[in-house]
Amino acid sequence: MTSDATRVRLRADGLQVGYGEELVVGAGSSDGGEPGLDLDVVENTVTAVIGPNGCGKSTLLRAMARLLAPRHGHVLLDGERIDRIPSKQVATVLGVLPQDPVAPEGLVVADLVARGRHPHQRWFRQWSPDDEAVVAEALEWTGTSAFADRPLETLSGGQRQRVWISMALAQGTDVLLLDEPTTFLDLAHQVDVLDLVDRLHRERGRTVVMVLHDLNLAARYADRLVAMREGRIVVSGTPAEVLTESTMREVFGLEAKVVPDAVTGTPLVLPIGRRERRAGDRDVTDS
Amino acid sequence: MSGVVTTARRGVRVGPFAAVWRRRPAAVAVVALVALVVLAAVNLGRGDFPIPVSEVVRILLGGGDSADAYIVTELRLPRTLTGIFVGAALGLAGALTQAVVRNPLASPDILGVTDGASLFAVASVVLTGGAGVAGLAVSPIGTPLAALSGGLVAAALVYALAYRKGLDGFRLLLVGIGVSSASVSLTTYLLVSANVLQAGQVLTWLRGSLASRSWENVVPAGLVVVIGLPVAIVLAFRLAALELGDEAARGLGVRVDRARAGVVGVAVVLAAVATACAGPIRFVALVVPQIMLRLSGGSRPPLVGSALGGAVLVVAADLVARTVLGEAVPVGVVTVVVGAPYLLYLLVRRTRRRTV
Repeated sequence: MTSDATRVRLRADGLQVGYGEELVVGAGSSDGGEPGLDLDVVENTVTAVIGPNGCGKSTLLRAMARLLAPRHGHVLLDGERIDRIPSKQVATVLGVLPQDPVAPEGLVVADLVARGRHPHQRWFRQWSPDDEAVVAEALEWTGTSAFADRPLETLSGGQRQRVWISMALAQGTDVLLLDEPTTFLDLAHQVDVLDLVDRLHRERGRTVVMVLHDLNLAARYADRLVAMREGRIVVSGTPAEVLTESTMREVFGLEAKVVPDAVTGTPLVLPIGRRERRAGDRDVTDS
Repeated sequence: MSGVVTTARRGVRVGPFAAVWRRRPAAVAVVALVALVVLAAVNLGRGDFPIPVSEVVRILLGGGDSADAYIVTELRLPRTLTGIFVGAALGLAGALTQAVVRNPLASPDILGVTDGASLFAVASVVLTGGAGVAGLAVSPIGTPLAALSGGLVAAALVYALAYRKGLDGFRLLLVGIGVSSASVSLTTYLLVSANVLQAGQVLTWLRGSLASRSWENVVPAGLVVVIGLPVAIVLAFRLAALELGDEAARGLGVRVDRARAGVVGVAVVLAAVATACAGPIRFVALVVPQIMLRLSGGSRPPLVGSALGGAVLVVAADLVARTVLGEAVPVGVVTVVVGAPYLLYLLVRRTRRRTV
């Protein structure tokens, strides 16, 4: 079982991705950094990619999900080049929830979740009792059964995100990539969605990679953090290894104090802004 | 299923085929079909020599008076059948483009097909007629062929100009409007430079007319609908994923560009052939899918429903044109009168929603 526990499901190998002329992920750095980004995603783990705005974390995720073709390097799914596997076959192993997905007006929840079954269907077989059972179960599991017949646009942001996660669940993939699943949600709903992701991992054994903005939530919900800056991985490892005061400075250019989270014991980042620094200086002179 | 089936969705299976059974769209389609049959029967009875509907039905079922039968099957049936097939092709083409572009304004009219077809048809008449061909300016075969190629060329041009590492719906609409406008101004230039006789004939064609259609017009329109509808239904399977946006569709394993090109391609052929058979009948492809969507519910226009709705609208417009406005008024005039206010309504509604 030990070999299974460390099986690499998804791997980025010397990856370089960009839009137009510009290389967003995997450019070489001026201080002698090698070009190309490497990343291993191990079976049955939750990985959170963190980093400042524009650091290429979403681009990396989209390239790993074969939504973007890399300029150089490869993405390997279970050891095979993802661009050489038929896209439909990939969709039975790897699911992706894009950032801020939009459903067409009038689409009801059950129909959206049923779209997750698309990779398992053919044009002449667009429905099966199996599909129906999976969809019903996915709705039940995320607590969205009550909305099954309602159009998506009548739901709140938090409910909507649960529905999209139901769709990803109905797709039935072992690997799930989530691009900022908590954007535009208030704190309670962010926790709600991440609890759902955690259950996907724990109860369903899913391997999850997600882009997250909130460092403290990332520390709580991920086994492994990947900190990026300017398209390169600066440091990766357990939350305790990654969320340090020096990494905060290096990755975010942020002065911070890192203390143990009073609830979970994971690292908690307390930013020190200019205001606090000034106040600190004054305290020193006063005493 | 004894499990937790939370939805009212039921499957329907015929042999190896299985789909979700949806009652409302099916009911709407049945109603549209009944309406179509009634309208067609009434339309077949109308003319200089009126024939009662009961007699029309008897003739269509193989009986009736032989003189009446000749009038109905040889003289009037081609007109009504052309209307049915052209309407169905336009309705279907509109449903496909609106679903794939995810915009209710998208239709072959706006994507340049109709105006491109018109330009080529007019050019074929004016440019060859100018060389001194005597007699009828609008040829029964040459003009439709020119229209067909014009529609395809215009659509290909729009697609090529709008394509930039993928297809953006909004850019497609803008480029389509541009190409359409250019075609319209060239058409106007050709008309102005044509002689009066040619111009008169061409103008009638340009308004979209079902008058004096023969079986030669029925066959291509019928073929394209009979082939196009099943092809559209097969391609439409991917529309379910495409509707969720490019990234989500790719995530579900759909090759987005290929799937979209296929759907648009079928729509363009349908619209171009329809225009070739009856001239540009505007707004059917724009209006019908949206009406059928509202009647049927769901997230995108129904394909079979839109085909039936298109046929109903064209036959009804033909009936109205001949009954109320007089025999000489082409069907395209009526569809414009119905469609133009609807287009305004759509534009106002969309603008409002965006600003609120």
